[in-house]
Amino acid sequence: MAVRGNIVGIDSPEALEKALRSAYYLADEGLATAAYLALALGKPLLLEGSPGVGKTEAAKAIAAVLARRLIRLQCYEGIDASAALYEWNYPRQMLAIRQAGEQTIDIYSEPFLIERPMLAALRSPDSTVLLIDEIDRSDQEFEAFLLEFLSDFQISIPERGTVSAVERPVVVLTSNRTRDLHEALRRRCVYHWIDYPTPEREARIVMARASSVAEATARAVVAAVGKLRREPLSKAPGIAEAVDWAEAATLLNRGGARWPEAFRRSIGVALKDEEDLTYVSGRLDAMIAESVA
Amino acid sequence: MSEFDPPPRAVRPFIDFVPLMRANGFAVAPEQTTAFLSAISLLGPRDLEDVRRAGLATLAPPPERHAAYRALFDMHFLGAEGDDLDEGEEEDVVRVQEDRRGMDEPASADESNESGEAATRAEALVERRFGPGGAGEALRRLSREASRRLPKRLSYRRWRARRGVVVDLRRTLRDAARNDGEVIKLSHLKRRMRLRRLLVLIDVSGSMKARTEDNLRLAHALTQAIPRVEAFTFGTRLTRVTRPMRLKRREQALAVAAHIVSDWDGGTRIGDALKAFLAVPRFASYARGAITLIISDGLERGDPAALADAVGRLSRGAWRLSWLTPLAIGRDFRPRTEALIAVSRFVDDMVDGGSTPAIVDHILALGRRRAT
Repeated sequence: MAVRGNIVGIDSPEALEKALRSAYYLADEGLATAAYLALALGKPLLLEGSPGVGKTEAAKAIAAVLARRLIRLQCYEGIDASAALYEWNYPRQMLAIRQAGEQTIDIYSEPFLIERPMLAALRSPDSTVLLIDEIDRSDQEFEAFLLEFLSDFQISIPERGTVSAVERPVVVLTSNRTRDLHEALRRRCVYHWIDYPTPEREARIVMARASSVAEATARAVVAAVGKLRREPLSKAPGIAEAVDWAEAATLLNRGGARWPEAFRRSIGVALKDEEDLTYVSGRLDAMIAESVA
Repeated sequence: MSEFDPPPRAVRPFIDFVPLMRANGFAVAPEQTTAFLSAISLLGPRDLEDVRRAGLATLAPPPERHAAYRALFDMHFLGAEGDDLDEGEEEDVVRVQEDRRGMDEPASADESNESGEAATRAEALVERRFGPGGAGEALRRLSREASRRLPKRLSYRRWRARRGVVVDLRRTLRDAARNDGEVIKLSHLKRRMRLRRLLVLIDVSGSMKARTEDNLRLAHALTQAIPRVEAFTFGTRLTRVTRPMRLKRREQALAVAAHIVSDWDGGTRIGDALKAFLAVPRFASYARGAITLIISDGLERGDPAALADAVGRLSRGAWRLSWLTPLAIGRDFRPRTEALIAVSRFVDDMVDGGSTPAIVDHILALGRRRAT
């Protein structure tokens, strides 16, 4: 295993945390440590957590810190090699066969190959970050296939032979945990469970992400969102919802709405489920009033 | 350092931590041990917190067992007492909220009492034997026929097929290349059928006492027979028992389940239990498009309106919702209790759940029904 303690000048979790902060991502120590270890050990980073805690954002921020291009592979049930890895350009191959006539032609050469995210990342590992998003949505067949890719970072294309990476690419996997991932997959990765941030950290995230939100507004929104997350809702508001809510309320306030009222009127950006809205409707006013105070 | 040198003394405590974790039911592979050691040296380590984080990242204990990991870590490196190690699947247990404010019950002294009770119960579960025929035969029939007769849906994955809507361009072209570029026949792709997800929610309250054990056996048989079965028990708590049900040996599976479920034979708040189920996004997603079975007599102590609300939500997500109650006997059964009347308009089948053969018959007949 090639261990590199220093990646583009980042030689400790603290240095990475600082770099992530300049990319507007506030990571806690656990995440910074896991991400640093993943980079240093050359292993994939597996991030799990509830929807809306910033898993995908973390991958984007890591790509920004390393100044690399982010290649995103969104998973879904039935995703297969032709969507994730490579595909042949069939119409072009067909035309080439017709045009070649008596000459010999290699229809499995470079011009006919269409790169998909995993192959693209494998071929330029030093300038890309591969994000395999929502791996829990894919089926077991794809997970098994992924396992092979993540263990040796090589791909075999039957018509061409094996393509392997000159160095280990940076890979980030995310999962919402709608199903249990295979143990072997977790074993290959450096693992981190992202939790909802502490109120102070979340307020700082809201301030960093929203364009013009006052600190008091950010704190009030974070307090209210924290209360909502403790309710048995079907869609608890994530960090993105908190940011949106703070911005929407600020906007309404500028337009003349008074404070508690501005929060109440913009609740639709935080709670997006009719049943959840009905469920909290009776206590919403009290909740907001408590948070503003 | 050559490969065969014994590791230096300083790293011994770290290496020794791994077998301790394995002994406590964490799966740790040798490559993870290597990664753990490299991680520690990468981080300094400046203090024990670095070692703890290195372990979290590389040994990857699942989030629901973080507390157990912490306890083991403290025991090994700090010499703390390891008394709450068995509190395994914390995240898989959701306390049903007694009132809307969701007060956390204090970690009270009756905890030890409960686990003691669970243990004796485990023995009771293990020691009891099957009666002749009846239930045992029905379960064997379920194992044999489930994968063939349970409802299926179209998979999103395409496979080679003789006929189909989509042309397999790759194969067609490879064949064409052999024939000087002449396409002689088209190869096709087709979406195959795949078994639906199945979710079973088992009432383990006092009023269902006589059936609880059989119902767990049924859940075990189902989990073993087909992939993607999720099993939960509910009473005063909601507990995910999918993991124990995946254990091959039935006695072992039931014993482990008996240990993690701690609300046997208590009261029922079905509405609150289902609400708790729906409030965990991870759990709620198990119901989406799934064959959903609720095995309960519907003797509800909570508010029937809340129950109807939760069942309605569950029903809208599920492929088909069956309520199996021991009270439903005969074809002309009409629900009498307030709770069952309230939920009956959301339930697709309200049928006899009073015996294992009856439940198995219903499950195996589901393949002939449609989604609602």
